[in-house]
Amino acid sequence: MNMVSKLAVSAAFVLAGASTAYAGCGIASGSAKLLANDFPASQAIAAAATACDGGGASVTVNLNKDHKDLIVAAFTANPPEFTASHVTNSTLVAVMNDGLAQPLDGLIAKHGGGIQDMQKITIDGKVMAVAFMANAQHLFYRKDILDAAGVDVPGTYEGVLAAAKRIREKGLMEYPIAGTYKAGWNLGEEFVNMYLGHGGEFFKPGSAQPAINNAKGVATLNMMKALTEYMNPDYLTHDSNAVQAEWEAGNVAMTNLWGSRAGAVTDGEGSTAEIESNTMFAAAPTVSGGSIPATTLWWDGFAIAKNASAADAEASFLAVMNGISPAMAASNADAANWLIAGAKPRPAGKGVVDSAVGGASPYPMLPYMGAMHGAIGAELADFLQGKESAEQALADIEAAYVAAATEKGFL
Amino acid sequence: MPHRTFISFIWPSALAMILFIALPIMSVGMQSMFISHEQVIETVENCGPFGCKTVEVVNPEATAQLRADEPLGRFNGLGTYTNRNHLAFDEIGLALAEATGPADFLGRVLNLPFYKALAFTLTYTFIVTPLVIILGFVIALAVNRIPGMFKGPTIFFSLLPMIVTPLIGSLVLFWMIDSKGIIGATLQLLFDNPDLSLKASTTLTWLTLIVYGIWHSAPFAFVVFYAGLQTVPQDTLESAMIDGASRWQRVRHVVIPHLMPLAVFVTLIQLMDNFRVFEPIIGFNAQANATSLSWIIYNDLRGSDGAMLFGSAAATSMLTIIGVCILLAPVVLRTWRANRRAA
Repeated sequence: MNMVSKLAVSAAFVLAGASTAYAGCGIASGSAKLLANDFPASQAIAAAATACDGGGASVTVNLNKDHKDLIVAAFTANPPEFTASHVTNSTLVAVMNDGLAQPLDGLIAKHGGGIQDMQKITIDGKVMAVAFMANAQHLFYRKDILDAAGVDVPGTYEGVLAAAKRIREKGLMEYPIAGTYKAGWNLGEEFVNMYLGHGGEFFKPGSAQPAINNAKGVATLNMMKALTEYMNPDYLTHDSNAVQAEWEAGNVAMTNLWGSRAGAVTDGEGSTAEIESNTMFAAAPTVSGGSIPATTLWWDGFAIAKNASAADAEASFLAVMNGISPAMAASNADAANWLIAGAKPRPAGKGVVDSAVGGASPYPMLPYMGAMHGAIGAELADFLQGKESAEQALADIEAAYVAAATEKGFL
Repeated sequence: MPHRTFISFIWPSALAMILFIALPIMSVGMQSMFISHEQVIETVENCGPFGCKTVEVVNPEATAQLRADEPLGRFNGLGTYTNRNHLAFDEIGLALAEATGPADFLGRVLNLPFYKALAFTLTYTFIVTPLVIILGFVIALAVNRIPGMFKGPTIFFSLLPMIVTPLIGSLVLFWMIDSKGIIGATLQLLFDNPDLSLKASTTLTWLTLIVYGIWHSAPFAFVVFYAGLQTVPQDTLESAMIDGASRWQRVRHVVIPHLMPLAVFVTLIQLMDNFRVFEPIIGFNAQANATSLSWIIYNDLRGSDGAMLFGSAAATSMLTIIGVCILLAPVVLRTWRANRRAA
């Protein structure tokens, strides 16, 4: 090969490299395989991230409602099945319990100029995930129904019960309250919300010993049971999708639903204009004289697998950065409560913001919280169906938790 | 048959059985004896969008070292089998000591997850299995009597419940029995009770699952019995007719004895299948009212937010295998005795 042809070849490489960098959002090589939950906000992120596909880089996104059950297995493989995954307060803990996520400080220093400090999930001084949105369950209410019943927007769960009673007495609705009470994770989450609203602690300080069998636990259960009196009798089968459907059908006047559903019930689809225009949002109610909203604050973010190669990790980080860019947040302003720089607050995000301002607790990021959450979700249904006392249900939860936590090596 | 010939015929299937049945079961049995390592916990500062907090985390390096030293985990013997989420020996002992009477004792036992699941599993198995056999047999007799040109379409439609995947079939029915679905709303109208819900009470949920189970499995029994009916000796039937036997007497004394080996076969398969009831519980979102052993395994393997319990799942799997063996033992013993008498 003579000098001229060498020059021609290297010039061609330079040109190719330049165009690759353009097509791939600055990703020259590597492959980014992202796993994410499936709801409007994550769909928008996936669309923005896959725009990086092409040139020397490959970017694929798998949107899956069951993503939280796949992360640990996907990150354990070497090389990992997915190089980066959607994580939340609870799933990041599951990933970190097995040491499967890699610190992102190096990549942030290199490519993460636009990330705000509050987006960095810093554990022991290392950034383990980059958050992009906040979420929480909060009060959805029907203004027209509350007006017709002659009640104000309830700020407490006692007020919710009183309002429900009035609505039923006036014959406006038979089952004015809905909740995500499906036995399992959803029911466990409702308990966690209500128990934290009562100011409860799940564990004895600094240990993995359970501590929920107390007066606050009993009060939590009694309030949950009182609410179910005003719910459709099928409540133990209702998850977020079912509650959203009930809401859009106009069967419900008050519910404590996820902020990520607030856009979906006001998007002009699946319901009537009358219901949508009367759907309002507020902070989650407080309970039992407590001062903080009975809900948990969640963040959604991305973590990168420890087993990903340096090139793949960098490609994944760049794809994620493009996915959660300010431009994406600006063009999908209504999809979520974005934590991304420059994102404007959305009207439907009021409930999440007010809950956070009201001092709601973040979902506990403890290694053994998953086992506790699972035990709660499995053991509560008997109490709500009136088959056992509140004390018995709490004792059952603790016993189920102790067995699971012992097997996991926490006790 | 000489030993050599026998062995050369049998070794491929024996090898496959060892590789694909015996070894996996042994591996599951091994897994059930171990639990996770003790987790090394440390306290660190955790910051995010909602502020900073001091929390406990697992120290992955120290835990990884423990894992490398003993990859299987900590040996726990039969500890997982006897813990509260399985056979619950301590809790049963406590219930025996403290219970005020048999009803109280039963209540305490059925409050434990394993026995709660076992109660539904056994109820389901022992109601669905005989009803499937009876219904399948009746359908087979009926279809056998209809004129030839209608037989094909009738058989096709009778088989549909079995062709539909259990998960899909139960999901479709789940929406139909909703209080606003076609079956649920009709039942409310029929019973004149606007609050009637098949999903809300334990009894009605069990009933729904059992009816679904019969609906789903009857075609299997039907198809086996229908094939068997084609082989009933016509000479015997004709001589019975000449002797003046009624239709019922012919069925009772000729057809049923002839089909008995098939009935044993269907019973074996159905006992095994029904003991592993799983998909309808997921499809009907029934876990608040009905759980089964297979559902417990699934629940442990899915875990809650990544907290999978492999040892627990393995222990429940072994207990399921033991359960199937106990269930099948009477039928298998009976067949073995009958074969020995015949030989």
